[in-house]
Amino acid sequence: MSLLQELSQEFGQAVLSTHARLGEETVVLQRKRLLDLIRYLKNKRGFDFLMDLTVVDRLEEVPRFQVVYHLYARETNRRLRIKVQVAAKDAHLPTLTGEYRIADWLEREAWDMYGVVFDGHPDLRRILMYEGFEGYPLRKDYPKERRQPRVGPGSTEKTAFDKTPSIADVLVLDDPDTSQAAVSSGTGIKEEIMYLNLGPSHPAMHGVVRISVALKGETVIASDVEIGYMHRCFEKEAETHSYTGVIPYTDRLNYVSPLINNVGYAMAVEKLFEVETPERCQYVRVIMSEISRITDHLTCVGAFAMELGAFTIFLYLMKSREYLYDLIEDVTGARLTTSYTRIGGLKGDLSPDFKEKCREAFRKVREDIQECDNLLSRNRIFFDRMRGVGVITPEDAISCGFTGPCLRAAGVAYDVRKAEPYLVYDRFDFEVPLGTDGDCYDRYQVRMMEMEQSMRIVEQALRNLPGGPICLDDKRMTLPPKELVYTTIEALMNHFKLIMDGHGIRPPAGEAYMPVEGGNGELGFYVVSDGTGIPARVRVRAPCFALVAGLSHLIRGRMLADVVPIFGSINMIAGELDR
Amino acid sequence: MGIANSLGRDAITTRLDAAIGWARKYSLFQYPFATACCSMEYMAVACSHYDIDRFGAGLPRWSPRQADLLMVVGTISHKLAPVLCQVYEQMCDPKWVLSFGVCATSGGFYDNYGTVQGIDSIIPVDIYVAGCPPRPEAVLDGLIKLQKKIQGERQEY
Ligand code: SF4
Repeated sequence: MSLLQELSQEFGQAVLSTHARLGEETVVLQRKRLLDLIRYLKNKRGFDFLMDLTVVDRLEEVPRFQVVYHLYARETNRRLRIKVQVAAKDAHLPTLTGEYRIADWLEREAWDMYGVVFDGHPDLRRILMYEGFEGYPLRKDYPKERRQPRVGPGSTEKTAFDKTPSIADVLVLDDPDTSQAAVSSGTGIKEEIMYLNLGPSHPAMHGVVRISVALKGETVIASDVEIGYMHRCFEKEAETHSYTGVIPYTDRLNYVSPLINNVGYAMAVEKLFEVETPERCQYVRVIMSEISRITDHLTCVGAFAMELGAFTIFLYLMKSREYLYDLIEDVTGARLTTSYTRIGGLKGDLSPDFKEKCREAFRKVREDIQECDNLLSRNRIFFDRMRGVGVITPEDAISCGFTGPCLRAAGVAYDVRKAEPYLVYDRFDFEVPLGTDGDCYDRYQVRMMEMEQSMRIVEQALRNLPGGPICLDDKRMTLPPKELVYTTIEALMNHFKLIMDGHGIRPPAGEAYMPVEGGNGELGFYVVSDGTGIPARVRVRAPCFALVAGLSHLIRGRMLADVVPIFGSINMIAGELDR
Repeated sequence: MGIANSLGRDAITTRLDAAIGWARKYSLFQYPFATACCSMEYMAVACSHYDIDRFGAGLPRWSPRQADLLMVVGTISHKLAPVLCQVYEQMCDPKWVLSFGVCATSGGFYDNYGTVQGIDSIIPVDIYVAGCPPRPEAVLDGLIKLQKKIQGERQEY
């Protein structure tokens, strides 16, 4: 019996409908049984990951909102989508915070953006927007340009700014007594709770995250992580652009590995069309994604080594990154805002001498990585500050929704490239490095080893690179060659249809979730099409969101100085964190 | 010239403004207010390949009190704007602001409820560097233009 049948039987009337389109199983459920269903799936069917939770606003329809849950079961390697429909007047749902830790932040975001209330949520407040912001910006009836600035023209006073709650109000201490000054029995010294604010303008917070901590001595006893300082409204922008027009915005999600975002988004739309790109295109996509992954890891390792005082490493690895940027620029024309993919193909082919250049670049990158390894891996100071710091158990990591290097450092072998090989990843021989302790040092080691694996993949791909076209020959999405556009009427019309407002690329109505392995973990694009040339919804499952959501858990009980390596090792990238 | 002759070959004459301007333009301590993708290029400019140190602006200072060049690198959202204002106000005179990339300059292609449409709507800006992100060469060019501007300014001291 299939899972969908089983659920229909088990939950009877509460299951409104089920379907399996594009290889994705979906259950539409009545709200009252949501919690039961989730518990059933989690406890009996091994759905241990809550990958994503989001809302789709269907302004004209009744009920208006669709709350969409994406679950994943690691053991059986299955995905399931659950949808619950709620009306705008009665947008309430039970909270899942008791089942998955990551639900805490995901629900806060859904509330912040759509005004959907999660009953029983311990701390439902704004997350991406700020206190004092009125309305729910991702609702379809919220105009994209309606600004509510806190300072600057349009707001004469800083009132909204003053609404920011004080640290002491936000932080919940386990033991209320500790907030009173207590006299330590041993020394007789008065111990008080000290509140400290880190960021957002703090070098170790990368300028965009604020951590408020409560300290007892130097130990962090509670913390609150505030994000949203870089909310650039990707999802809202995507709802006002054509399918091709969204691609440049995807560059700027995880701008350290933009090519992976390009690929993920394009593949999600291709999934809606139910097409596959030509073989050569798939190879090139793999090659470029892996080069991007190396730049991502180089930046991450370089930056956190610098934050621990190893400035040399930063310089060496940035030097390495330049070699790779040169490669990327050669192919895409840009160093980091690449916009390289197109729906159904690529912007252009690899440059003619790519193989030689790549070999040379990798030789230099390998040298630098080796040097970095020599300098860091057994370096006493580095080792002591990383080993045993920021430990997370596999169970906690899963519950927190960790994926990517941070999850693998905890010893859980989940890599989208292996679990659900997309593109041509199943043709390459590569390993998935694993850690054992789930601490900062393991996260560092996993990243170092992954870079080598990525280079191996690129080398194999280059060796077997097939010839042929790089774009699908499909009038619905691929622009005809310019020579034809200028000489034949059919091509001209085709071009016109794809470019003009009100026409454009129009995937059939439906929805698709496409996960790829990003630099930080599972990067998922959930695209909903209503059959027009503009996406109805583009949702990004950003790996970093879960990682930063778990940060409070990681730093709890550690010394203040440990916050820096822990924060560095999870590799927060603001573009995809705040979107 | 009279006075220069009497001083001999070991001394030069100049205006105080010019001398101070010369000193100031080559000892810029920058505060990188780095938020978004542009900060990747900021890193590139700061490191060995492009090496901003060659132009006397090598040392990032993470305290506004110690910095005289505020580099606003990347998108500024309305949530972050008050922080930027505060950092600017905390810097001591003389101070300059470099707007790094189109997001800081005009909001770039983010025209929506979240982003500030140009930092010059909240703080004064001395030099704008175009590009999304600007290439490192463009940043260096912007810096040299700023140095020219500093040199030509009436110096407060
Ligand atoms: S100007 Fe472009 S690269 Fe720079 S922050 Fe804005 S979007 Fe990113």
